[in-house]
Amino acid sequence: MLVSLNWLKNYVDLQGLPPESLADKITKTGIEVEGIDYVAAKSTNVVVGYVESCEKHPDADKLNVCQVNVGEETLQIVCGAPNVAAGQKVVVAKPGAVLPGNFKIKKAKLRGVESNGMICSLQELGIVEKFVPKDVAEGIFVLPNDVEAGADALQLLNLDDAILELGLTPNRSDALSMLGVAYEVAAILDVDVKLPDTSVSMIEAKATDEVGLTVDAPELNPYYAAFVIKDIKVGPSPLWMRNYLIAAGIRPINNVVDITNYVLLEYGQPLHAFDFDTFGSDEIVVRRAKQNETMTTLDDQTRDLTTDHLVITNGQEPTALAGVMGGANAEVSDTTTTVLLEAAYFDPKAVRIASKHHGLRSESSARFEKGIDPNRVYAAGLRACQLLAAHANGTVLSDPVIFDRLDKSEKQVTIETTRINERLGTDMTDEEIAIILKKLGFTFEQDGEKFDVAIPTRRQDISQFEDMLEEVARIYGYDHLPYTLPQGAAQAGGLTKAQELKRFVKNYFEGAGLKEAITYSLTTTNRAQMLVSPEIKAQSVTPIRLAMPMSEEHSTLRLSILPEMLDSLAYNLARKQANLGYYEVGTVFISEEEKVTKQPKELLRAGAAVTGEWLAHPWQQEKKAADFFLIKGILEGLFDRLHVDATFEPTKIDGMHPGRTAIVKVGHTVIGFVGQVHPKLQKDFDLKDTFVFDIDLEYLIEQHENEPSFNKIPRFPTVTRDIALVVDETVSAGDIQQTIETNAGPLLKEIQVFDLYQGDRLEAGKKSLAFHLLYLDPERTLTDDEVEASYQTILTAVQDAHKAELRS
Amino acid sequence: MKERLQELQQEALDKVNEATTLEALQTIRVSYLGKKGPITEVLRGMGKLSPEERPVIGELANKVREAIANQLDNKKADLEAQALEKKLETEKIDVTLPGRPVSVGGPHLLTSIVEEIEDLFIGMGFEVREGPEVETDYYNFEALNLPKDHPARDMQDSFYITEDLLLRTHTSPVQARTMNEYKGNKPVKMICPGKVYRRDTDDATHSHQFTQVEGLYVDKDVRMSDLKGVLNQFAKQFFGEEREIRLRPSFFPFTEPSVEMDISCKVCHGEGCSVCKQTGWIEILGGGMVHPRVLEMAGYDPTVYSGFAFGMGPERIAMLKYGVDDIRHFYTNDVRFLKQYHKA
Repeated sequence: MLVSLNWLKNYVDLQGLPPESLADKITKTGIEVEGIDYVAAKSTNVVVGYVESCEKHPDADKLNVCQVNVGEETLQIVCGAPNVAAGQKVVVAKPGAVLPGNFKIKKAKLRGVESNGMICSLQELGIVEKFVPKDVAEGIFVLPNDVEAGADALQLLNLDDAILELGLTPNRSDALSMLGVAYEVAAILDVDVKLPDTSVSMIEAKATDEVGLTVDAPELNPYYAAFVIKDIKVGPSPLWMRNYLIAAGIRPINNVVDITNYVLLEYGQPLHAFDFDTFGSDEIVVRRAKQNETMTTLDDQTRDLTTDHLVITNGQEPTALAGVMGGANAEVSDTTTTVLLEAAYFDPKAVRIASKHHGLRSESSARFEKGIDPNRVYAAGLRACQLLAAHANGTVLSDPVIFDRLDKSEKQVTIETTRINERLGTDMTDEEIAIILKKLGFTFEQDGEKFDVAIPTRRQDISQFEDMLEEVARIYGYDHLPYTLPQGAAQAGGLTKAQELKRFVKNYFEGAGLKEAITYSLTTTNRAQMLVSPEIKAQSVTPIRLAMPMSEEHSTLRLSILPEMLDSLAYNLARKQANLGYYEVGTVFISEEEKVTKQPKELLRAGAAVTGEWLAHPWQQEKKAADFFLIKGILEGLFDRLHVDATFEPTKIDGMHPGRTAIVKVGHTVIGFVGQVHPKLQKDFDLKDTFVFDIDLEYLIEQHENEPSFNKIPRFPTVTRDIALVVDETVSAGDIQQTIETNAGPLLKEIQVFDLYQGDRLEAGKKSLAFHLLYLDPERTLTDDEVEASYQTILTAVQDAHKAELRS
Repeated sequence: MKERLQELQQEALDKVNEATTLEALQTIRVSYLGKKGPITEVLRGMGKLSPEERPVIGELANKVREAIANQLDNKKADLEAQALEKKLETEKIDVTLPGRPVSVGGPHLLTSIVEEIEDLFIGMGFEVREGPEVETDYYNFEALNLPKDHPARDMQDSFYITEDLLLRTHTSPVQARTMNEYKGNKPVKMICPGKVYRRDTDDATHSHQFTQVEGLYVDKDVRMSDLKGVLNQFAKQFFGEEREIRLRPSFFPFTEPSVEMDISCKVCHGEGCSVCKQTGWIEILGGGMVHPRVLEMAGYDPTVYSGFAFGMGPERIAMLKYGVDDIRHFYTNDVRFLKQYHKA
């Protein structure tokens, strides 16, 4: 909402406050002033000029040489506007003038002819192009003839104004009018509101004799008033009105349209003027549109209607889409002589549905949608009649046609001083509350500390105690509220075990060298199906797609963190950042239904990806490329910290390298996978070798046993034996380790692989694997015999199970 | 014999002094103190001495041995120290060469900010709650006093999945869920951080996915001044002791009265500058007293219980605190961006 302070002054005394301080007060009290536009208030030396003569420039077809009387002197000005002519009153920027945009006017010679100033267009005076009336959009602005040469043109054009831009929250639709803003400012400054004069002389002839009214849908249209105004002469509206409309961001058109717009802005009441001669009948019928009915609106668009839409008709066909836009058939034109003026209350929801359906948000619909003041409908109609009589030669018929089932009563809300103070933490007195209510302009009955407040109908947003609490608080001033701390019983805050564990896991990843990434949950449908861990795939019937995505790029909820993470890697690689290690802890979304009807399962996963060099030390020529065992090591470290016994088994997963991928299991439960991204997919993302894991963090957190218990620090030494075995290269280290573990007996505490060899010194197809075996008895020193016995058992077992041979 | 011993002592000490290697010292040790050495030889002739002379010579011989041995030890220590010094000299490295880089990761800036906020409120006795990102229309809107067709729903265009399911547009549904869980008979003191989604085209200031932290405190006799006090404490701890706060009236469907909180501009301290758009204040968060309808729907009697709620955007806070100029930086995971915030 744009509020011209010059206009506002007509209703409320601004007490000479500078615009900045007024804006600050308004903001602090409840409506945010988002900006102040001074238009041309900072310009100088702009006056009214009388064009005494206007002759063609001797050397330029498109220029005219004008002699312009500016009061004390006559200036010769060269002007290029096509519409300049002798006898006009125009706006002249004299030499030394400064126009908006810091544009300075100096004496100059144009094609050899001296020019002492500039005749201005409205655009040059700082008016935004789209608000400039069409007839003067291409040239200079021509003033009415009754203004005096030499007068201050900025004042005449209201350009010495300051315009406040109000950012209205949805509840404050009462401030969508100058009167509404006036009430707000009056409450802040503790002054009175001066209402506009709505007295209008009406002739004896009755509107009810000229036109009938039937409202077939009173639930959507509880109030309708139709005025008839004859003898209308369509022409430009008065300069002051045009000025105010421009300041409010509305382009002036003609007196009839301008007056309806002016009253809309003044009262917040949308009006509509029909040309009664083209209305098509002498009967107004308001009804729901018929299914598949159509109408042509003012903008020459054909609109398909449904029974949800309310229309004004002439009994046959629609002449307006109620509250949204008029019909082309009864549009006011230059030749209109009789106006049928509508002042009505339309149901907010119905207008909202219609304006949304047709994509038409107008100044009118915006106000109807939010609910207008039921007590201003008729007054606004009267005001418009008065203005039509004064500025469009109108003759107003008496006895307007009215349909009225509108509830115009004021709501009552009771407040008590004690309760207000209890909720705000203040210690206001009854008197202070009474003063605040008076400032707001609310009438009330006081009984000690109890106030029965009648809420003015302009404040549709107030209906209960808490609303009044806010009114009192904001006029009292949020600044004046004390700072207190809650008095309630103290309670210990904290993280849950799961939240703590999540932080622990994140810290672990960071300690392991990974940087935390945060990627989008919405991805492409294609990516949503990429790199999905088998246990997720088993549960998910179909990826979840948005009903109406904004783009395919963010259309589907992810089933894995990895695809978007690969995208982040690619983003960095394209920027020459080649050595990367990321992790992300986040949610994936699983639907167990073909067609989603209930909330999906949201699972917490941890994903990671590494690529490029890891631990490089350039001047020592050390380079260690990230590989499978790096990413697996990070994962094993995590399992160790969480005391999880996980196993890794070779597997094949879409998008992963078939020979370098393992599923991760805890017992028989699959909790994720680890491996290298398939070279084909790497290529699709423009990546080099990339290693990833994706695991079920929720499972790990749920399964986590609480505190580790204390294990005695052994007092006896461990005994180490090494065993080197030659096996077929297809036998996995994990399998051998498994066999050793099951057969070694209780004294074996740890097995470490310390060597892997394949090459010339072995038969083709064979490999050698060597293990450290660590034995310990916490209660005593081990004997050689005991260790030897276990060693022999192990040897027999691996020979049997894996055809392993002791390496000689 | 006495003279011979003294002579040997002098001779040995001289040799020790002249020795320059550990090997030479060892030779001296063997030749003078060894079983075949001259001192031993002298002592062998003791049999010829008188019983009175024997102990005297024996004592002298021991003294000579001791003197030589001491000198040998001292000299050995000297030579060893010299040798070590020489060896260390050869081991010299260029200490100005760069060290071996340690691979260190770090948290995302948003996580750092969210955890800092969590910890501040935990310190004030709040618990941290989480909730689903795919929400029902009821919890996302209706339970928060935003019935269907409410004009305020315009404020947040949403990503719907079905007519009833959508990606949550704020973390406020967690408040409603928590109150429901507490069944209207015990105080709620919680914050809920999380991802939220809105139908915005990504640009420098908009992101279809972003982060929110919301707080809720419901108890008997909670006052609006408590909201002011708690937010003031948070602002001072998070942004700095010297920052002031200001509350302005605002509107949210789920609070009444509603507020917006500004903090004084760090750059100009309230004087007005380009950072604060000449106002001296920077908008940080929104909040208010929990709307009675919201309490009621969650099973709390609004005549007995009252409360306050607030919500803030970590992206916005990060942009203000660190001058980050584009919200998309939080989601591209540009390593050059992330690394800047791995520092203390």
